[in-house]
Amino acid sequence: MAMVNFKRTFRTGFLNFSRNSLVSLSSILVMTITLCVLGGVLLFQHVLETTLVNVENKVDVTVYIVPGTNEASILTLKDKVSDVPEVANVDYVSENQALADFRARHADDQTTLQALDELDQNPIGAMLNIKAKDISQYESIAKFFDNTGTLGAGSQSIIDHVDYNKNKGDIDAIQNILANGRRLGLLVTLILMIISIIVTFNTMRLAIYFTREEISVMRLVGASRSHVQGPFIVEGTLYGFVATLLALIIFLPITFWFGTHMTDFFGGVNLFRYYLGNILSFAGILFVFGAGLGALSSVLATRKYLKV
Amino acid sequence: MIYFKGVKKEYPQGSVALDEITISINAGEFVSVVGHSGAGKTTLVKLIIAEEEPTEGTVMFESLDVNRLSSRDLTRLRRRIGTVFQDFKLLPNKTAFENIAFAMEAAGKSDEEIAADVPHVLDLVNLLELKDHFPGQLSGGEKQRLAIARAIINQPEIIVADEPTGNLDPISTYEIVQILKKINELGTTIILTTHNRGVVDSIGKRVITLEKGRVVRDDKDGRYMI
Repeated sequence: MAMVNFKRTFRTGFLNFSRNSLVSLSSILVMTITLCVLGGVLLFQHVLETTLVNVENKVDVTVYIVPGTNEASILTLKDKVSDVPEVANVDYVSENQALADFRARHADDQTTLQALDELDQNPIGAMLNIKAKDISQYESIAKFFDNTGTLGAGSQSIIDHVDYNKNKGDIDAIQNILANGRRLGLLVTLILMIISIIVTFNTMRLAIYFTREEISVMRLVGASRSHVQGPFIVEGTLYGFVATLLALIIFLPITFWFGTHMTDFFGGVNLFRYYLGNILSFAGILFVFGAGLGALSSVLATRKYLKV
Repeated sequence: MIYFKGVKKEYPQGSVALDEITISINAGEFVSVVGHSGAGKTTLVKLIIAEEEPTEGTVMFESLDVNRLSSRDLTRLRRRIGTVFQDFKLLPNKTAFENIAFAMEAAGKSDEEIAADVPHVLDLVNLLELKDHFPGQLSGGEKQRLAIARAIINQPEIIVADEPTGNLDPISTYEIVQILKKINELGTTIILTTHNRGVVDSIGKRVITLEKGRVVRDDKDGRYMI
């Protein structure tokens, strides 16, 4: 009997969906807008996160080694730094490489290059470029060098200086921008989602309000709550399904335009490629949200009229 | 079968719809409840099907206090009562066939039973040819016959008809009364509320007269006397 009831619920839900075409159409329209907002928020979050990660990746701490330090000591230091839990990656730049980089950077500055040629030895020391796992951890990495003390032969430190203190202000500012950017993104997402949910719920409530008489009649002729409620839940889920399909189609030309015209503006993020590459995830999220919202709204909206 | 014990129904605005109602209706009876508009007829029906709760007193269906039943038990009780309303209360988005099938589905009947019984009852009320019509495509009389078909499909022990002829022309009224009489002859209890003198007099059975929410007459072989 459970299977028969299940089939009847689905059949009735589908029939109501097709017969109440005007109500179905308006509910689908509102739900499509809701899902477009959700999809837009997901794309916005991706662009925001990619931009923030790009900014984050540009931050590092450079440890300048005293010129003339032997390479074995530097590599020992590199290994020790790599073992620090907060460190994600350490790049060693040798003295020769550092000099080559310096020359390349000042290729147009003949005065500087001539002055460099006058010197007998390489004045530029080796460097360790350190990336932290999180931008907030640079301070503790810098402290590691304060606490480590001498690392060379005898009591002589091989570290000339660490540029953290010089860049501390910039790093703190970027850290604040990143944190605030993420917080703002989350806030915008939450506000838009709450508005969308309220609008969809009220649309469903209005749609079910028009059938309140029918619901009470069904109860009076001996239908159980689940027998009355079931088809409404199927209808709500169908609205979500159709709205998901529509939203997915609507995003194709929109993301295509953004991909063609706004990729540079978004720091290299091609929204169309991202959307196509993740279309199944999008479909899943939109459907779960749309169908879930449709079904839940139906349950909540019918509950009031079932008390007959 | 149905017992009203000291029932009073007062609506929130303070208007008293029924007061001091103590009546009993036995199985197999055909009872007409008459009275002017506002006398409390519809409230009486609503109390029987537990659409409303009495302010005082109890309404019993056999040994069951209809207002103390759980939602599940109330649903079961309503399947034992067939209800016919003045405004038909058909499901507008279901065909004539589906309107009746719905009541059977609600009672847990199988698809085979539905396929066999619905055409039979539609034939009984002369609507078989209109089985695929929606309520909006039916006349008032046809709608009421469909409502009666829905009410009797699960072979209820009692049919409560709240002014079923109120919106009908004389010919449709006659047809409805004949159908109700036939159902009663087959053993089903009928409670009919009406203010149609002709209908009551043509039935010639027990008549309960309500006035301002109180029972003023209860005649065994009554006539319409207001």
